[in-house]
Formats: sequence, C-alpha cells, structure tokens
Amino acid sequence: MLSVMRNVIARDLTLAWRRRADVFVSVLFFVIVASLFPLGIGPEPKLLRVIGPGVVWVAALLASMLALSRLFADDYADGTLEQMLIGATPLSMIVIAKVFAHWIAANLPLVLIAPLLGLQFGLPADALAVLALALALGTPSLSLIGAIGAALTLGLRGGGVLLALLVLPLYAPVLILGSLAVEATATGMTAQPYLLLLAAMSLAALSLAPWAIAAALRISYE
Amino acid sequence: MPSANLQNESASFNWFKYASPQAFFPLAGAIAPWFAAFAAVLFVVGLYIGFFVAPTDAQQGESYRIIFIHVPAAWMSMVIYLAMAFWAGIGLAFNTRLSGMMASALAPTGAWFTFIALWTGALWGRPTWGTWWVWDARLTSELLLLFLYFGFMALQAAIDDPRRADKAGAVLALVGVINIPIIYFSVQWWNTLHQGSSVSLKSAPTMAATMFTGMMVMVFACWAYAIAAALWRVRCIILERELRTDWVRAYLGKQT
Amino acid sequence: MNWGSMIEFFAMGGKGLYVWGSYGVTFAVIAIEIAMLALRRRAAGHRA
Repeated sequence: MLSVMRNVIARDLTLAWRRRADVFVSVLFFVIVASLFPLGIGPEPKLLRVIGPGVVWVAALLASMLALSRLFADDYADGTLEQMLIGATPLSMIVIAKVFAHWIAANLPLVLIAPLLGLQFGLPADALAVLALALALGTPSLSLIGAIGAALTLGLRGGGVLLALLVLPLYAPVLILGSLAVEATATGMTAQPYLLLLAAMSLAALSLAPWAIAAALRISYE
Repeated sequence: MPSANLQNESASFNWFKYASPQAFFPLAGAIAPWFAAFAAVLFVVGLYIGFFVAPTDAQQGESYRIIFIHVPAAWMSMVIYLAMAFWAGIGLAFNTRLSGMMASALAPTGAWFTFIALWTGALWGRPTWGTWWVWDARLTSELLLLFLYFGFMALQAAIDDPRRADKAGAVLALVGVINIPIIYFSVQWWNTLHQGSSVSLKSAPTMAATMFTGMMVMVFACWAYAIAAALWRVRCIILERELRTDWVRAYLGKQT
Repeated sequence: MNWGSMIEFFAMGGKGLYVWGSYGVTFAVIAIEIAMLALRRRAAGHRA
C-alpha cells in the first residue's frame, strides 16, 4: 500500500514538473492579486501593514483554489482515476498521496513566495517567518477540503466557479486563524495558539477529508 | 426490502413503507395542508401577541418587535441545515432515494430563512446600534451559512443525474455540518480579538413573559411552515423524478 | 392594548420603516416561495 502511495506521489510530481508552467501561473496569480491591493487602497504604509496579513492570506486562498481543478481532471479524462477506483489499494490512501503531491506542487511554492509579498506590505521580519509557517500549516487543510470540492465537481459544466462557491465558505476558519497568527506577531504577541490550531485543523482534515474525497470520487463515477 | 415483520404488518406501523416515494407522496399530500393551516393560525396568534399583547421594550422601544421574526428565522436557518444533513446522511447510509429528495426539498426553505434572518437582523441593527451590519460572530456565521446553502443548491443544480446530485449534495451537506461549529467558533474568536466596535450583541434586553411567549409561538409557526413547504416541495420533486412511472402517469391523468 | 390609534400602530414609535420592512419582506418571501412551489407543481403536471 505504501509503495502504491509512493508511486502515486512520484508520478504526480513528475507530471507537475513536466507542467511547470501551470505552477508558475498560480504563483504569478498569487503575486499579482496581492500586488493589486495596494493599488486599490493606496500606498499608506501604516494601512498596508494592517491589511497585509489578510491580503496575502486571501490571495493564497484564491491561488490554492484555482489550482484545485487540476487535481483530478487529467486522471479523470484519461481513465487513470477509474483504475484507482477499482484497484486493490484503498481509494482514501491514494487520495492522500494525490493531495500530498498536489500540495507540494501547488501550495509549497506559495508558502515560499509569501514572505516576499509580506515584505511588500511592510511586515516585520518575525511576522514574515510566521506568515510562511502559518501558510505551511494551514494550506494542507485548504488542499484537503478543496479536494472534496474538486471531486464533487468532477466533469460538471461550470465546474470552476461552482468549486469556488462550494469551497470558499469552508476556507473561512483557516483564513481567520492564519491572518490572526501573522497579525499577532506583527503586533508583538505570540502566534503560538493560532499556529497550533492551524496544525490541529490540518490534522483533523487529514483524518476526515480523505473519506469524503473518496466517496465523492465514487459518486462522480456512478 | 427484507420484510421480517410481514405477518404483523397490520399490527405494527411499518415506517419503511414510507421510504418509497410512491408511498410517501400521498402521505405528504395529506399532512402538508395540516402543517400549513397550523402555521397560518400560529402566525396570526404569534403576531397578535407580538404586536398587541407584548409591551413596548423599555430600552429599544418598538423596534424590538422584529425579534418575533428574527430569532425564529435564525433558529430555523440552523435547524433546517441540520435536518438537511440528517436526511443526506440517511440517504448515503441506507441508499434510500426519498432521503436525498427530502434534503433537496429542505435546502431552498433553509436558504430563505437564512436570508430573512440576515435581512431582519440588518433592519433591527440599524435603529438599535446605528448600523446595518456588524462583523459579529453570529452575523458572519449566518452569512457563511447562506453561502453553504447556495453551494448545496448550486451543486445539485449542476448535476443532471438525480441520483448523483443527491449523493454529491449529501457529501457536501455532511462536510458543511462538520464545519459549521468550526466556522462559528473561529469567527467568534476572530471577532472578540478585533473588538473595535462598541456594539455588543450579548446584552440582550431582559424579556417580559409575553415577549417570550410571542416569540415561541412564532418559532412553532416557522417550524410548521418549514415542514409544510418542504413536504410540498418534496412532492414536486417526486413527481419530476418519477414522471416516467405508471403511478405518476395515473395520478396526473386522474387530476386533469 | 399598546396602540391608541391605527396611525400609532403603523408608526411603531418612529421605527415603522424597520419593523414593517422586516415583516413585509418576510411575508413577501413566504409568498414568493409558495408561488414558486405552485409553479413547480404545475410544470411537473404539464410535462407528463
């Protein structure tokens, strides 16, 4: 079972590497969305420092969501997913592997680039570190919850917009805790409780979401 | 369906009989008007108590009278989501078709109640706190609840195959119901840490007994209305989905 | 009885717009929902 999971991860990462352009586009989207906010709000540094954590998190949320439609679409189109459905390995395990690979390809770049965006908003150095850490702890639950939506909307018309409608309200707790962590650091308080809660949510999502994702995939194939 | 109690079917009431849409259709048709009538009577009684018996509130004046619709609507918005998730879960677990139809039938009524709760909340907030909207934990969660309802309905509308729509909606409703408490507590925490506004929704005015009675009557009125509307809608859904069956053809033929 | 006259009743102590705005929209919503249900029922009947 573990070897199957390893193979799925290796395969998905290879595929993602061959399509580096896709990854690059979502990172670019992340950077552009975050950079548009100062243009709309004005260059006042004090104000930007206040809205910075929230803006970077919202941009990360959107970028992470946009990448979701790639998660199952190709495997659905070429029949690989059907093989996984009827294979001997539990579907939820394969799903964990796929979401993990997707997270590395689509969300890890966001985590790494985020401190740079935080710099644009004048966040202090320790807040930048916490921003990256909070994103690293919070984005796994985004990927896991999002994968439920991606599986449910597989092959549907208007899937992309529908996916946003399904998934974004469920992202609210991660957004709240993530921006609070950064804000707390920026205002000289401890970010620890928020980071712990983000980690707890990702672990809870890891234990519950794979079943929902597997169930949703089976439903989409009926 | 395994019928172990076939012999004493006449003696004991067999609930599973009504799990079939064909059997449930006339039952829903028979009881829906009763709930509707009950709702109408309770609305009249509740509004009479609310407007003519309950005294003017000492702090808020007359605008508090919005409570008689606001609080019941807010309760219903949550209760209906729970009921929806319950039927969705039953549908997934026992693969009963009617459960999925019930879940779909509840969603629009739940969304309407959520909208009413938000609307009346805004109209109550304006004269009371001087603002249409505050990012209070309860208001924000209610708004997110409305989005969850919309997501459920949009997902089901996008799927042509009714069985897939039922099951996909069920998974989404169950994911949503797990998330609602998380959303609520995170929003509440977020709000208390951002205590910029002076508005506190926690200090509710102490309620006179008649106010409470009026509110509870309205709560029951809303329950009865929601049940009647859901039963009525589930009848529409049954007809739409079973259009090709003999019994629906016979039923519709008899009507015209 | 709270109200001396009809005018007082509709004024709601100066808060009439808010109170009647709430109840008006509520009953409008109920009317819309009932109408939509009736239309849906009729459409189902006609499709057969």
